[in-house]
Amino acid sequence: MAAIELTGLSTVYPNGVRAVDSLDLAIQDGEFFALLGPSGCGKTTLLRTIAGLEQASEGVVRLDEADVTRVAAGRRGVAMVFQDYALFPHMTVAQNIAYPLRVRRASKELQKAAAESKAAGLGLSALLARRPAQLSGGQQQRVALARAIAMDASVLLLDEPLSNLDARLRLEARTFLKRLQRELALTTVFVTHDQAEALALADRIAVMSDGKIVQLGTPKEVFQRPADTFVANFIGSTPMNLLPGAVSDGLVEVAGTRLVPPADLALTDGTPVVAGIRPEYLRPAAEGITGTVSIVENLGVTSLVTLECPGDTLVGLTVPEDEEPEIGTTLTATPEHGRLLLYHGETNQLLGEARVS
Amino acid sequence: MTQFMTFRQMLRRSVYVIFMAVVLAFFAVPMLWLASAPFDSDPGLGLRWPDWTLDNWRITFDHPYALGSLVNSIILCVVATAVTTVFGTLAAYALSRVRIPGRDALLYLLLLLSSVVTGTAAMVPIFVMMFQLGLINSQYATGLVIAGGMLPAAIFILKDFIDSVPRSYEESARVFGASPTQVLLHVVLPVARPGIATILVWAFVQAWGNFLLPFLLLRDVERQPAAVLLRTLKDEGGSANLTAIPVVALYLFVSKRYGFRFHGGIKA
Repeated sequence: MAAIELTGLSTVYPNGVRAVDSLDLAIQDGEFFALLGPSGCGKTTLLRTIAGLEQASEGVVRLDEADVTRVAAGRRGVAMVFQDYALFPHMTVAQNIAYPLRVRRASKELQKAAAESKAAGLGLSALLARRPAQLSGGQQQRVALARAIAMDASVLLLDEPLSNLDARLRLEARTFLKRLQRELALTTVFVTHDQAEALALADRIAVMSDGKIVQLGTPKEVFQRPADTFVANFIGSTPMNLLPGAVSDGLVEVAGTRLVPPADLALTDGTPVVAGIRPEYLRPAAEGITGTVSIVENLGVTSLVTLECPGDTLVGLTVPEDEEPEIGTTLTATPEHGRLLLYHGETNQLLGEARVS
Repeated sequence: MTQFMTFRQMLRRSVYVIFMAVVLAFFAVPMLWLASAPFDSDPGLGLRWPDWTLDNWRITFDHPYALGSLVNSIILCVVATAVTTVFGTLAAYALSRVRIPGRDALLYLLLLLSSVVTGTAAMVPIFVMMFQLGLINSQYATGLVIAGGMLPAAIFILKDFIDSVPRSYEESARVFGASPTQVLLHVVLPVARPGIATILVWAFVQAWGNFLLPFLLLRDVERQPAAVLLRTLKDEGGSANLTAIPVVALYLFVSKRYGFRFHGGIKA
């Protein structure tokens, strides 16, 4: 159990790429923390730097106040599960789980006891004599977790923990992982490129782009109030509507609708802005954004309706399954209170909430 | 019409069977000759039914140096194989994991040079060098020279095997606190074991059959291996078989114990 504190951390590769770029982050003790971002954003490098597999070029890594920046991997009390699980194919499940103890030259009895207790905790008792190749993907993942837990580390790192599982198993493993983390109350950091995974599992999420943290917050905060258009675009299973417009006479016109920007912002005329609204937060109403229904996509309980609005703008909204509109009809939708966000068109930063005039 | 078709089919089938029989005989007859010649009272290169006898074996064992030469062969091969396998594996591991500029070029150059500048081409310089070092008639030194000739090819093949050991295995072991030696012994070597076994047998066979280097460097008949001594034996078959037995035995043992793989790659 430990808190992680990163100060001014940079990891620069020999070819000059700043994979992690002067990053500050504090992860609390016992927290389930997600590093989320598209591939190449530096999230895995950051995880590896915490583990000690990459050497930090600048900055400090602290675990419970202790500076571990120059401490070798394996001496930091940080366990890690790799994306491919990295189970040793020539060892049995029991030997794999007991490996952290074998490295420390623990007695055979101690190794056996550890393997048995960890395996029992993860429902692997029947598989102890098998080899990794004889296990399913989900079982392999649990063996890798058992091995990491057997290290008795204070921090657990997971690199893309669910990406090697097939879709159905992934949901099951997600629930399992969350329960396991709650039971162990172990500070856990995981890397993912799947926003749904991060939203479902994490206590807090750091959204990363180009080696920097773009937004840090709880899943709710990140989902409801993306700090910029990059996060807005990245988070959510249906893409957020990002409608470009410009300020004129203190109002913003997007998709044929006039919006009132936040009162405390004195936006000069001609300032480019982007209005952002999630399809889930748009409701059919008497007033608001009006367009012609062009596409209806069934998502199960809801349907995603695409409206063609004035100015060749497409706006998506979700409607309950039994309220699907006919294609070609006209539909008007209005944002739920406080869900319509306004971003600056050039800096892409969040300006505040807007409302329909 | 159907009769005609059947006839054609039969013809085709007969031609196929006859062709396969000829091909089979082409490969089988030398093997049968090799197996029967030691028991033939008058072995020759002709193809005929042998006149069975055990005399050849008696004569071979009466040869004062025959059994000694087998022991010499084993000493020479163990030295050459051990050096090739151990140093080849370590070098291949280093070359596989460390990024140095021109690494692949270096490997290809080594392989090329070792296969071009070999045997007769390197004969005189090697002899002169060993003579000046006072290592003529040393079995261990000869083993080293043989190992030197095999190392480039061994490194080249082993590097391919070690390349296929995922790095995440090593990193995983490191995160759990394994030292570099532990990483090598616990993870890399066991996973690359089929490749190492292949190189071990290959090196042994190469060293066992090597005639030129031991012939040059071991002038004392008491130290010459079987491959060199063979030319002094009178019969054409018997002792050749005798010398082949350890190689076959090793092959069978390694094949059963470790299984051969001539390619890298692990199915995890």
